Amino acid sequence: MRLALRLDDWDSRGLLFTGAIMVALLFAGPHIFDLFTLLKVILFIAMAMLALSMAFIWGYGGILCFGQSAFFGLGAYAYAIAMINMGESTVPILLSGFIPAAFAMLLGYFMFYGRLSDVYLAVVTLAVTLIFYAFMRSTSGEEYRIGSARLMGFNGISAVPGFNWPGFPDSPLWPDDIFYVAMALLILVYFGLRFVLRTHFGRVVVAIKENETRAELLGYDVRFYKMIAFTIGGAIAGLAGCLSVAFNNFVNPDKFALAFAAQIIMWVLIGGVGTLVGPMLGSLALLMLYNWLGTQAFAEFLNTYLVFGAIIIVFVLAVPQGLLPTARTLLNRYTPWGDASATAQSASRSGAGDD
Amino acid sequence: MDTVALLIIEVLNGIASLALTCAGLAIIFGMMRVINFAHGEFMMLGAYTTVVATNAGINIWVSMLIISPIVVGIIGIIAERLFIRFFYGRLVDTLIATWGLSLLLIGIVTAIFGNVITGVSAPLGNISIGEYNLSVYRLALIGLTIGVFVAIYLVLTQTKLGLIARGTMQNPEQASVLGISPPRVYMVTFGIGAAVTGLAGGLLAPISQVIPTVGFTYVAQAFITVITGGTGAVTGTLVASGVFGTVRQLVTYQTTPIIGGVALLIVAVILLRALPQGVTGKIFRRSL
Repeated sequence: MRLALRLDDWDSRGLLFTGAIMVALLFAGPHIFDLFTLLKVILFIAMAMLALSMAFIWGYGGILCFGQSAFFGLGAYAYAIAMINMGESTVPILLSGFIPAAFAMLLGYFMFYGRLSDVYLAVVTLAVTLIFYAFMRSTSGEEYRIGSARLMGFNGISAVPGFNWPGFPDSPLWPDDIFYVAMALLILVYFGLRFVLRTHFGRVVVAIKENETRAELLGYDVRFYKMIAFTIGGAIAGLAGCLSVAFNNFVNPDKFALAFAAQIIMWVLIGGVGTLVGPMLGSLALLMLYNWLGTQAFAEFLNTYLVFGAIIIVFVLAVPQGLLPTARTLLNRYTPWGDASATAQSASRSGAGDD
Repeated sequence: MDTVALLIIEVLNGIASLALTCAGLAIIFGMMRVINFAHGEFMMLGAYTTVVATNAGINIWVSMLIISPIVVGIIGIIAERLFIRFFYGRLVDTLIATWGLSLLLIGIVTAIFGNVITGVSAPLGNISIGEYNLSVYRLALIGLTIGVFVAIYLVLTQTKLGLIARGTMQNPEQASVLGISPPRVYMVTFGIGAAVTGLAGGLLAPISQVIPTVGFTYVAQAFITVITGGTGAVTGTLVASGVFGTVRQLVTYQTTPIIGGVALLIVAVILLRALPQGVTGKIFRRSL
């Protein structure tokens, strides 16, 4: 732990820049965006948070989860169902983090204590999200209800009440307030993850990613550490799902769909595996591309599957590190603002520092 | 009595279609350890080839049994040459790259055929068991699946090609010392795996809806089955298909197909928890 903040490496620079930009956005947001844009920004914040959860478990935990969307959707549904039943948003928001976390822990127990890794893990998590998708789509009947909330199948639950001031069910939060809550939550999660990565626990998690056998021989129970990391990721993804419901008061099974699960991995892949900021920027860039494609006339031929598939292939072949680490390597090499530990960092592909 | 007979046929049919779905993956992933996430899309291409060829006036058996495997086999070899071979040995990169290929193939097919359901009608007509009508093609599918697996087994154990393939997978360096070119063996094996996958897609086309995204429904179950099968790819896949097909079909009979799929997953997770090395890791150890 450093006492003074130095600016000669990307780690501190990233922390400072990202923190400054996010805090500036927190205060400036409602003043620079009109209402329509502000609502969109809330959605982007939710997605950035989802990207953070994936960045953490994949980039730092080495857990390639193909079904992070399962926790996102579970959080969204948990919030919607609890909110409709309770009418006051404090407990539903907590539940939207807690239920996915509990589910992630259960799933993590089976996977990590069963020693599933790599492809096995990817397939199981993928199957889980697909099952949620299929199940939720089939719940259109009258008999599928939890309390007073009907699940409504593929139509989704609409008119879910948004956030209200804690303890005052009759005073809802306006979009400005929801923006503040969302942005503050994102900042909290970002700095929270940065903090976790500096603790003993975080260092062990990264050590397991770097060399699982060595970590195990040093006496760490890798199964337990992976399960907890996975649980943290599940909780964050669930909260992101909750924010996405607060954005448009709507949740449908598409939150579990494969196309969405795929996007989450792309965000991290494009932004940079092993960074936190990269995936957030990746989610922003791809969501904008997605929105733009949706408005284009040629989208029928150049559909999103085609474009995203091509992007993935190009990135895996040409920019396997992702944009942020690549940019950092280039800056180190060709500009005077090189990192103090640049040579050590660019030498190892996966050890791209944390920022 | 009729119900029991019908249920038995349904279960056998469920096992057969699951095993068929997995056959190509058992070769590409089970033997070669190449994670082909575009497996479902290879099946989708096989199904589309059958539909297009049949609609063009070609006999449906010719389209299913000959044209589909050839077309998808060629596509598989092209994909292998163009980029999959660069990722051999890098598990996670292969996973993501082939998954990009999967989205790309869906995108291309959607652009050509549109996001609509097509299909072909099943040949052979119906027979009646008591008061129930049953498609003869579903019965034939059971026989065809057995045929496919017997053929794979015979090729792997009785032919020189199979011997070379198995040897190369076990020890590529030793194989290359003996004058065999491992890259070529990998290419051919991948192509054969893709061809078998295309064949499966073609054979399943008459009994499933053919849409560009149909691969999604296959890929997760196929991977889970092959993984549960373990190291003995062919035997393991058959055993796992037997277990999962039975579970899925019986639960589906009692409830809905979706609950059947959930039951399959739960059984798979529990099985993998108990036998992390797959079925052939513990029992049938010396099998293929």
